[in-house]
Amino acid sequence: MTRRLIGKLLFLLLIIIISNRANADIPPRPSPPRLVNDFADILTDQQENNLERKLVAFNDTTSNQITVVTVKSLDGYDPNMYAAEIGLQWKVGQKEFDNGVVVLVKPKYGNERGQVAIQSGYGLEPVITDAITKRIIENEMIPEFKNNNYYGGIDRGVNILMLLAAGEISSKDYAKGSGAAPIATFLPFLIFIIIFILIRASNARSASVGKNIPFWTAMWLGSSMGRSSGSWNGFSGGSSGFGGGGSSFGGFGGGSFGGGGASGSW
Amino acid sequence: MKKSWIIIAVIVILAIVLYSWVKGTYNHMVTEQERVNKQWSDVENVYQRRADLIPNLVATVKGYATHEKETLEGVINARAKATQTTIDAGNLTAENMAAFQQAQDGLSSALAKLMVVVERYPDLKANQNFLELQAQLEGTENRITVERRKFNEAARMYNTYIKLFPKNILANLFGFDAKPYFEAQAGAETAPKVEF
Repeated sequence: MTRRLIGKLLFLLLIIIISNRANADIPPRPSPPRLVNDFADILTDQQENNLERKLVAFNDTTSNQITVVTVKSLDGYDPNMYAAEIGLQWKVGQKEFDNGVVVLVKPKYGNERGQVAIQSGYGLEPVITDAITKRIIENEMIPEFKNNNYYGGIDRGVNILMLLAAGEISSKDYAKGSGAAPIATFLPFLIFIIIFILIRASNARSASVGKNIPFWTAMWLGSSMGRSSGSWNGFSGGSSGFGGGGSSFGGFGGGSFGGGGASGSW
Repeated sequence: MKKSWIIIAVIVILAIVLYSWVKGTYNHMVTEQERVNKQWSDVENVYQRRADLIPNLVATVKGYATHEKETLEGVINARAKATQTTIDAGNLTAENMAAFQQAQDGLSSALAKLMVVVERYPDLKANQNFLELQAQLEGTENRITVERRKFNEAARMYNTYIKLFPKNILANLFGFDAKPYFEAQAGAETAPKVEF
């Protein structure tokens, strides 16, 4: 038993060492989670908030997660690899759709070339293809970056990416995946209404309840009414929680990346 | 009488503990092995993706670069060799892996040669079709790097699991072999730079 424990501990230690080594150069997952991570500080707070709001709203409506990351240095990495590594380690996108996109910008400093990369998750590869990302980088982003307008370039790139990504998982597909839940929540409520109407109907036929309905039926109705009202309370609690979730980003979902995308430099 | 009951109870408990340990370890080894196999098929997929791009690329380049027959033939031959060399996931040995890598690296260097030659043809470099193929090729090289790294990670997890004492006894008993890694070629750590 102790041997097994030691073995497990050793194994755990090894995993920790390996994962630490792999994490060394990539910025850690932001906490609290944010979609716009301006580590290089090339955007104003106002610009950051604008982008963040837009991307959070996009995440809420389509579940596609587009994250914008700016860094001061790529530590010798290929920009595509760096962006893919961020996507993998932060787990951008939903687990079941792999629909994350990483937009990485390393600004130009003096003689050092500026670099930009877009990496799309497995699920978005068919709509955000390598050729298209290359074109977005060359036509939308780099011209603005050349004028030192980082916000403009990122914003234009993100707008096109959003249009592309929205076509991949239609609202129909998404509803199919989680469509069962609302019916299950409403079911007790529906039963409650039907019972309530039945009682009303029997009340209308005769003035007193006690005479026409046997004692045990009244008991059952009473208890089921109590139960139904309980789930009604639960349901309303859930809906208020949902309303609260809309205002800020809830976190990355576990999406995976395979290296699709392109990069460019100026 | 009482003593023998205690002994029997101890033996039964030990047997249960041993059984649950063997079961847990065996099942975990199978899961990890499946992960490695799945990752291997992802690796082969991205290499196949690259091979699928080549006929189109060769056809496009042929239209402009009429004097580069030799280089183009080199690419076609290397592609044929690379697509012939596939490994079944259950048959991942160091030798098979080396052969696979050699074939794919042959294609990589043939492609790199082609991309150097292409520099001499400005008309080709302005061709929209070629630009798209070039972006796709670049993306595919990235995919290869990512999937290879993921494979190595999965193999490392699996190898670590089956090699640690005392699980290595079970691994030997049930015939779980260590998986080979992709070795980074000298100077091929990162995706080949396709600069234009």
